[in-house]
Amino acid sequence: MDKLALDIAHFLAGSLVLVSLMLLYQDRLPALLNVFAFQAIILALSVAWQAYVQGASDLYLTAAITLSVKAIIIPVALHRMIRRLGIHREVETAINIGPTMLAGLGLVALSVVVILRVTVNADVFAREDLAFALSVVLLGMLMMVTRRNAVSQVVGFMSLENGLILAATGAKGMPFVVEISVAFSVLIAFIVIGIFLFRIRERFDTVDLEAMDDFRGESR
Amino acid sequence: MIDTSLIDGLSIQVSQMLLVLLLSPLLTGLVRKVKARILRRRGPPLLQSYRDLIRLVRKEAIVAESASWLFRIVPYIVFATTWVAAALVPTFATGLLFSWSADLIVIIALLGSARFFLALAGMDVGTSFGGIGSSREAMIATLAEPALMMIVFTLALVAGSTQLSTVAGIMLSPGVGLRVSIGMALVALVIVAIAENARMPVDNPATHLELTMVHEAMVLEYSGRHLALLELSSSLKLLLYFSLIACVFVPWSLAPAGAPLHVHLIGAAVYVAKLGVAGILLAVFESMIAKMRVFRVPDLLGAAFMLGFLGTLLLFVSRSL
Amino acid sequence: MTNWAPLDVLLWCILAHLVTSGVAIPIGRVSWARWPVYGASLLISGVACAYGLMHLIAQSSVAWETVLPLGLPWIGAHFRLDALSAFFLVVINLGGVAASLYGLGYGRHESAPERVLPFFPMFLAGMNLVLLAADAFTFLLSWESMSLASWALVMTHHQEEGNRKAGYVYIAMASFGTLALLLAFGLMAGPDGGYAFATMRADGAPSGLAGLVLGLALLGTGSKAGLVPLHVWLPLAHPAAPSHVSALMSGVMTKVAIYGFIRLAFDLLGPISWWWAVPVLIVGAVTAVLGVLSALMQNDIKRVLAYSTIENIGLIFVALGLALAFQGNGMTAAAAVAVTAALFHVLNHSLFKSLLFFGAGAVLTATGERAMENLGGLLNRMPTTGLLFLVGSVAISALPPLNGFASEWLMLQAILLSPELPQWALKLLIPAVGAMLALAAALAAACFVRAFGISFLGRPRSAAASNAHEVDRISIAAMSILAVLCLLAGIFPAIIIDAVAPAVQTIIGTRMPVQTDIAWLSIVPIAESRSSYNGLLVFIFIAASASLAVFAIHWLASAKLRRAPAWDCGFPDGSPATQYTADSFAQPLRRVLGGFAFRVHEEIHVPLPGNGSPARLIVTVHDLIWEWLYEPLIRLVNVLAERLNHLQFLTIRRYLSLVFGELIILLLILASWT
Repeated sequence: MDKLALDIAHFLAGSLVLVSLMLLYQDRLPALLNVFAFQAIILALSVAWQAYVQGASDLYLTAAITLSVKAIIIPVALHRMIRRLGIHREVETAINIGPTMLAGLGLVALSVVVILRVTVNADVFAREDLAFALSVVLLGMLMMVTRRNAVSQVVGFMSLENGLILAATGAKGMPFVVEISVAFSVLIAFIVIGIFLFRIRERFDTVDLEAMDDFRGESR
Repeated sequence: MIDTSLIDGLSIQVSQMLLVLLLSPLLTGLVRKVKARILRRRGPPLLQSYRDLIRLVRKEAIVAESASWLFRIVPYIVFATTWVAAALVPTFATGLLFSWSADLIVIIALLGSARFFLALAGMDVGTSFGGIGSSREAMIATLAEPALMMIVFTLALVAGSTQLSTVAGIMLSPGVGLRVSIGMALVALVIVAIAENARMPVDNPATHLELTMVHEAMVLEYSGRHLALLELSSSLKLLLYFSLIACVFVPWSLAPAGAPLHVHLIGAAVYVAKLGVAGILLAVFESMIAKMRVFRVPDLLGAAFMLGFLGTLLLFVSRSL
Repeated sequence: MTNWAPLDVLLWCILAHLVTSGVAIPIGRVSWARWPVYGASLLISGVACAYGLMHLIAQSSVAWETVLPLGLPWIGAHFRLDALSAFFLVVINLGGVAASLYGLGYGRHESAPERVLPFFPMFLAGMNLVLLAADAFTFLLSWESMSLASWALVMTHHQEEGNRKAGYVYIAMASFGTLALLLAFGLMAGPDGGYAFATMRADGAPSGLAGLVLGLALLGTGSKAGLVPLHVWLPLAHPAAPSHVSALMSGVMTKVAIYGFIRLAFDLLGPISWWWAVPVLIVGAVTAVLGVLSALMQNDIKRVLAYSTIENIGLIFVALGLALAFQGNGMTAAAAVAVTAALFHVLNHSLFKSLLFFGAGAVLTATGERAMENLGGLLNRMPTTGLLFLVGSVAISALPPLNGFASEWLMLQAILLSPELPQWALKLLIPAVGAMLALAAALAAACFVRAFGISFLGRPRSAAASNAHEVDRISIAAMSILAVLCLLAGIFPAIIIDAVAPAVQTIIGTRMPVQTDIAWLSIVPIAESRSSYNGLLVFIFIAASASLAVFAIHWLASAKLRRAPAWDCGFPDGSPATQYTADSFAQPLRRVLGGFAFRVHEEIHVPLPGNGSPARLIVTVHDLIWEWLYEPLIRLVNVLAERLNHLQFLTIRRYLSLVFGELIILLLILASWT
């Protein structure tokens, strides 16, 4: 039973790292948001499994919040937003997928090595969790560094935060995890909305999206 | 005592050699038929590939004036290496007499030999189409190798061996359990198999446009019995990859060495069923997806490599915890 | 003769080489001069090879040693013959035999034989002497003589501008390498001056400096072997020399450098630390991939072969790095597999690289062209050379059942043993290195499809290619011998592994399990259940299947054949210029991998309609190592030389004050010395 539990935790954490790597090479915004939603779903499952294994029932709440906010609300809101801004067909250029992926793999290897060497005496589940959490955090940072589009950078930041949530659930007895998660999510949501509204307003002196159609022209 | 097991092993080996040779055109026919049906056509009959081969073999071979002796012997070399490789992958039984003479690395290298000579044949006549095929094939094969290496590494880590009979045996045992690395290795192997067999989305086996060909461009100048051998070889290669995926990832009903005859027969029937399912899946997948631009293929193979490497990494993590 | 110690026989052989070299000086210009010189080299190398082989097969762990009263009076010249030296002697003298035989045929077309003949035996002598040297002075002296002799051979056709630059870069890099080795040996000898290898072996590395000595050894031997970034001289120098000398330099001299590294790292430095493996593995893997990628960008056949040598040296160093990792962790069985793979590849590479260079020499003799863009269709004009070059290409691409695959397989098996290593850095580095190895092998296959396909297949692209003729029988005999050896080494790898085992035992302390006892002559590196390979059976299967297919089809179906114009999709093209060129073949790979490694840039200039000038495709490939490492260094050296040049033109008073100042400084130091 214990081995099966470890296998499932390993499976979920590994899938999370895989999805985080997939985030790196998406160059179309709707696909990026969908993969991000998928990442949040897997994160929720992973947190729920940790809750089951550790017997900490407040983590179920964290899982539920992650699922609802990060997997449903924020992606849907962002989808709507980019649709209304008309940038949903944008293709990001110059990501240079090959070296970025290799760098991502290197970061995963690095975080695995670091965590496994540092936490020799910890519990197996916690080590597993922390190793992959650090990978997700580093991959989120890599994404923020290699992207130019504001939406992609925000997604990178939220993916980084997902990694932090995974790390927090791995360490037992961390208080206020639920509250911190909610606070962060709301903060990010407001930042995202705020960025866009302020940018639009400063660029076009109006928040009226109809006015932007005049500036579209042939370039899109 | 030793003689009976020797005879058993030999008979299994010989029957497997004949089985793969006889089944491969049927597999190709099945894939074509299912694709046609999905496109709401009737499609050629299932046995059409056999008829095509017999017809081609009876025809006169027309060879270009600028072709050398290499052009004429390459089909035989390609066929021989592919057939030997296909005969060494356990299909319905693991008790092949000669399975210890070649492990997974050797099988991959044998296919590499076939590809090497085929690429040379593409360049032999001195037309630009052959050059297109050979150079693109070189690119695809080169980028598929690291991915294959990672898959071999993952399997060697899980099973502790690269000998296919041993790998199949260990995958059947309950100690393996649910592993995300094996899933990753499976997806990576499927991607590599598609690239190596010149299937959609990497290459279109039914295209008539030369600039979209890879494999077809290399065999453009071949006719008659040479073309028949090359077509048979590519069917054999497809069968080999299906058998490889089945042997490693879906190894149920593989008859172990020394099992009675009815177990072998059941194994053979299940194997044919596995091939059928795989053929149908391939046909459905090919119909769903469009052909990729040639220079997007490296991204696809890079994804396969990434999956393989990540699988290896995750295996290391889980082994040391 | 039979009861002479093998070491003495070998020393006499070296002396005989030197005598031949001396004799060649006066008779160099005579038309038949090559017969006695190459004939003598052939015989002497043959004897040396036989004695080396005898020592290896005798499987004795006895090492023959002797001290001659040459060189420095208080040191003398130490010589030693152990199993490791014996193995490398076999490899080198086998190459020497083949090159001498080839030289008998090829040398007929040599325009300046008096520049080649005296130095050829000297080159062989220098290489043999390095292998037998057992003290630092003899080693370095032989190393330098080897470099100088080969430099003289590189400068044979010094009238060509490219060759002069090649010689210049070569001698500069060779001097750098010797300097590094000098420092390494100096550190090992310590302040007591224990220059004999026996003393170094007994004392081990000076404490804390083992890593530094290893780095210097890597620099010194790596520059001769061709490791990145010290490889820049190799693609310039190897093609510049005559073809049989190129074969010796690529196939044999690089192996002497590897011998030097093995001797220093595994034998003289004492106990191995695991982290030594990390730089060796990284450098080896990068060398392998970069070497073969560069080979894909070249147009000159010989430069392709030179870069391919760099790739194979990278592979050998990867195997040696694996051996260091395993040995440093006490996993001697795995280390034995890795070292066996490395030594096997040493033998294989010398065989097929010599074969390929001989083939390139044959093409050069027949057509006068080295650029692949001007060749084509040679397989119809030179069928035997083409077949032998094909064998070499298949062997170097690591395809079964030839020898390149056998050593590659063994290397991959060693890599698959790496999960047992305890250190995480190694555990993660080695799969990455394995992937790079697979990439290098695949690129090598692509490179040789290109090299063979463009040169020998297709239609002739120039008059020289369409008028080519087959070369003389002696050259073909030399190539055939190597081709047959490639096939035999691939089919019977068990015999080679067992022959190499005494050398492995010398280096590691253990050896692989006896292979020739295994049924059917398979090779089993670790255990039967883990993996095994039978080259003989695979070869028999392939041959049998092919024959069966031929018989079945010719008997049951049609055997008719008709020649007709090429189909070419219904658009037959008379001009051979529409074929794929070497650059076009490499274009997909250049586009995918070249942008990162070489900053490849392609430009197309299409003239406007009405303008009759041709369109142009310009491909720019940068050698980043040359541009970022060497050019700044060269500029720095030039700037320094410019500044220091002022010292040539000082007045007498300034010179006197300079000397006076020096004297004062030395006296001050002496005064403050405690």
